[in-house]
Amino acid sequence: MIRFDGVTKRFEDGTVAVDDLSFEAPAGKITVLVGPSGCGKTTSLRMINRMIEPSEGSILIDGTDTGSLAPAELRRGIGYVIQHAGLFPHRTVLSNVMTVPSLLKWDKKRARDRALEVLELVGLGGDYAKRYPGQLSGGQQQRVGVARALAGDPSVMLMDEPFSAIDPVVREGLQDEFLKLQEALGTTIVMVTHDIDEAIKLGDRIAVLRQGGRLAQFSSPDDLLAHPADDFVASFVGRDRGYRALSFKTAEVPIHHEAPVRLGDRLGPGEEWRLVVDDAGAPLGWVHADEVTGPLSATDLQLGGTLATLGGSLRGYLDAALSSPSGRGVVVEGAELAGTVRPDEVLHVIQAAPRATGETILSPEEPA
Amino acid sequence: MISLVGEWLTDPANWSGARGIWAQLVTHLQLSFLALFLAALIAVPLGLYIGHTGRGRVVVVNLAGGFRAVPSLGVLFIAVLLLLPRLSGEAAFVVPSVIVLVVLAIPPVLSGVYAGVQQVDPAARDAARGMGMTGGQVLTQVEIPCALPLIFSGLRSAMLQIIATATIAAVVGLGGLGRFLIDGQATRDYAEMAGGALLVAGLALTVDFVFGLAQRLVVSPGLARAE
Amino acid sequence: MSVWGVPLGEVWSLTLDHIYLAGLPLLIGLLLAIPLGWAALTRRWLYGPLIAGTGLLYTIPSLALFILLPGILGTQILDPVNVLVAMTLYTVALLTRTVADGLSSVPNHVRQAATAMGYSPLRRLVAVELPLAVPVISAGLRVAAVSNVSIVSVAALVGVSQLGTLFTDGFNRNAMGPIVLGVIASVTLAVLFDVLILGVTKVLTPWQTAGRSA
Ligand SMILES: Nc1ncnc2c1ncn2[C@@H]1O[C@H](COP(=O)(O)OP(=O)(O)OP(=O)(O)O)[C@@H](O)[C@H]1O
Ligand SMILES: [Mg+2]
Repeated sequence: MIRFDGVTKRFEDGTVAVDDLSFEAPAGKITVLVGPSGCGKTTSLRMINRMIEPSEGSILIDGTDTGSLAPAELRRGIGYVIQHAGLFPHRTVLSNVMTVPSLLKWDKKRARDRALEVLELVGLGGDYAKRYPGQLSGGQQQRVGVARALAGDPSVMLMDEPFSAIDPVVREGLQDEFLKLQEALGTTIVMVTHDIDEAIKLGDRIAVLRQGGRLAQFSSPDDLLAHPADDFVASFVGRDRGYRALSFKTAEVPIHHEAPVRLGDRLGPGEEWRLVVDDAGAPLGWVHADEVTGPLSATDLQLGGTLATLGGSLRGYLDAALSSPSGRGVVVEGAELAGTVRPDEVLHVIQAAPRATGETILSPEEPA
Repeated sequence: MISLVGEWLTDPANWSGARGIWAQLVTHLQLSFLALFLAALIAVPLGLYIGHTGRGRVVVVNLAGGFRAVPSLGVLFIAVLLLLPRLSGEAAFVVPSVIVLVVLAIPPVLSGVYAGVQQVDPAARDAARGMGMTGGQVLTQVEIPCALPLIFSGLRSAMLQIIATATIAAVVGLGGLGRFLIDGQATRDYAEMAGGALLVAGLALTVDFVFGLAQRLVVSPGLARAE
Repeated sequence: MSVWGVPLGEVWSLTLDHIYLAGLPLLIGLLLAIPLGWAALTRRWLYGPLIAGTGLLYTIPSLALFILLPGILGTQILDPVNVLVAMTLYTVALLTRTVADGLSSVPNHVRQAATAMGYSPLRRLVAVELPLAVPVISAGLRVAAVSNVSIVSVAALVGVSQLGTLFTDGFNRNAMGPIVLGVIASVTLAVLFDVLILGVTKVLTPWQTAGRSA
């Protein structure tokens, strides 16, 4: 657990970057600092490992005041991922990742094994260890940066916009991997981003900072979306927050039985659109009856459309219903087909759900 | 004429003895490495300090540019005239020359080291500190290794400057391969002059080549592409 | 009239000699380095050998070159041509790489735009690439100019007269005056060359000054 206790940072030139900041980042969870540029996110993060010294107040990690520890010692116990990876160009990927274990004076073999292990974790197993940073893509460098921060088995990780330099498609994937990794490791993480979507996706707690380094709101993502503390938070979270809020709402939605077909089948009379599943019952895609003549083959499949998880969020149901070519959203339980949902029925449930903010949940700009 | 030079170079009598080619070659190398060592002793720590802290960088930039404009021959003569009355024996020639060699070698080494440290990616430096390296560890494990390509080019151009100026210094009585150029001219023996000149050129090329090899061995291949 | 024991007329004529010996090679060297640098850039296989070759040239100490050239050119050892050729070689050695770097610093989209407008490679070089490379080339030329001016004085040792002659004269007469005068004159000349090149660069690249006022 990391506790900010009335922390203020005033730089020599008089700039107040962080103003009387108090919050608690829970152990084993991801806490995200978010806010507009220059609001003091990086400064707050860097005060945790004392790359910047607070002017007032104190920061406690598991009850210990960081001010009472030697900075270098403190930092060796905290994983730190800086914005542009900051890899050492003269060292191989492996040796980069071995930095902290070496500083901690682990024996060579253990340090090496651990480094290879975390590289594997971030999806850079095998050959990559021998390369130099200059031979990696930006996204791969970021992963090495994360691996390097993980290598010393830190109980706390600080991450400054770790996914910012990566293109949106790759970023999504990395974020998902990162969430899985965090779930497995149970590290206490404080992360900085200026992207509210990333904050909501990754954070267990979100601290919204405003200009001048003051805390505007500290809460869980669903709470932040449902109950923005003031106009600043509301506008920062954005006007489509109603749609985002659906990510946190669950409700009963009528699930219709769907009679699936399999590859190789010949279509009998029936509905226009048929859902194809594999032998294990997992959905493969839709086929349009008019476009199929012989036995069903993989080329007849119309892919696309997201799958909703049974008992999952309303947003999942809505996305599945709206993105399906047949107008029937596919719902799965595990990997297996559970049934389909109808868009009108999903919307009906959404309309009926209690609305905290009293605003229309679907604004006209919503993707449909 | 070329055959005369060849004859001079292949005459074993010219190679042996206290004033022979081997002896002068050794002297030249000793003087050059001594001067480079002394220059590095002063310039490397200073360059590391300036590159690390950014303090006094205006001085370095102007020093390196300004020193190129100073004619080494003139400085050499001034040093000898100033120091000759105060020294005796062989030191009278050696000390002023070595001082000039060192002084002229300092700017290139200094600016190489400074530029090398200064161009280290600030993000890498920041990450090093953030992972818990002490100031000394940041310097030895990150800044110096990353600065090596430019440190080497500073040392190499200093060494070429030293070898060239040591050659000239034969005119004030310094030993080394320059003797053949100056003595040959005094006796109007072009074969000796040109033979000596070839040796000096060969020495400079060889030393630079060896430094290049050392650089390849010492500098991380990860930095090679950035060079 | 004389300064520190040197007649003013002599200072003047030595200075003119020095300007000639250091300046002319600068011009010739630049004219040779442009096609060489261009060749190094446009024919990639030439780049390595050309840059390495000119680099080797630069490692040869000046006194050695002054002495070797008569044997190669068949000139007299006292002939100023040796010095002119040596200084030209140094200039070419330094500038070939600079020109190649300068030309390669021209943004690709500019090059492609010029080609699209129908420039032939040669006209593109003269009308587009060279002007844009002027700042880089000029920086290299300034280094070459300053080191030329200081290296030329070594030629006094082989009896070619210029400001360096003041050094040998002073040393032989055990007189500090001429030597100090020579150093001051030589450094001043280097600064003047530098300022001149800077000025010409400014005139040739009006867009540079227009871009960043203040
Ligand atoms: N060393 C410093 N000296 C003076 N002011 C500083 C210093 N470092 C940061 N600041 C100022 O403190 C404020 C907060 O900076 P900080 O880097 O924490 O912002 P940030 O929220 O991380 O912004 P961004 O999203 O742009 O990275 C800014 O106004 C910045 O200009
Ligand atoms: Mg920041």
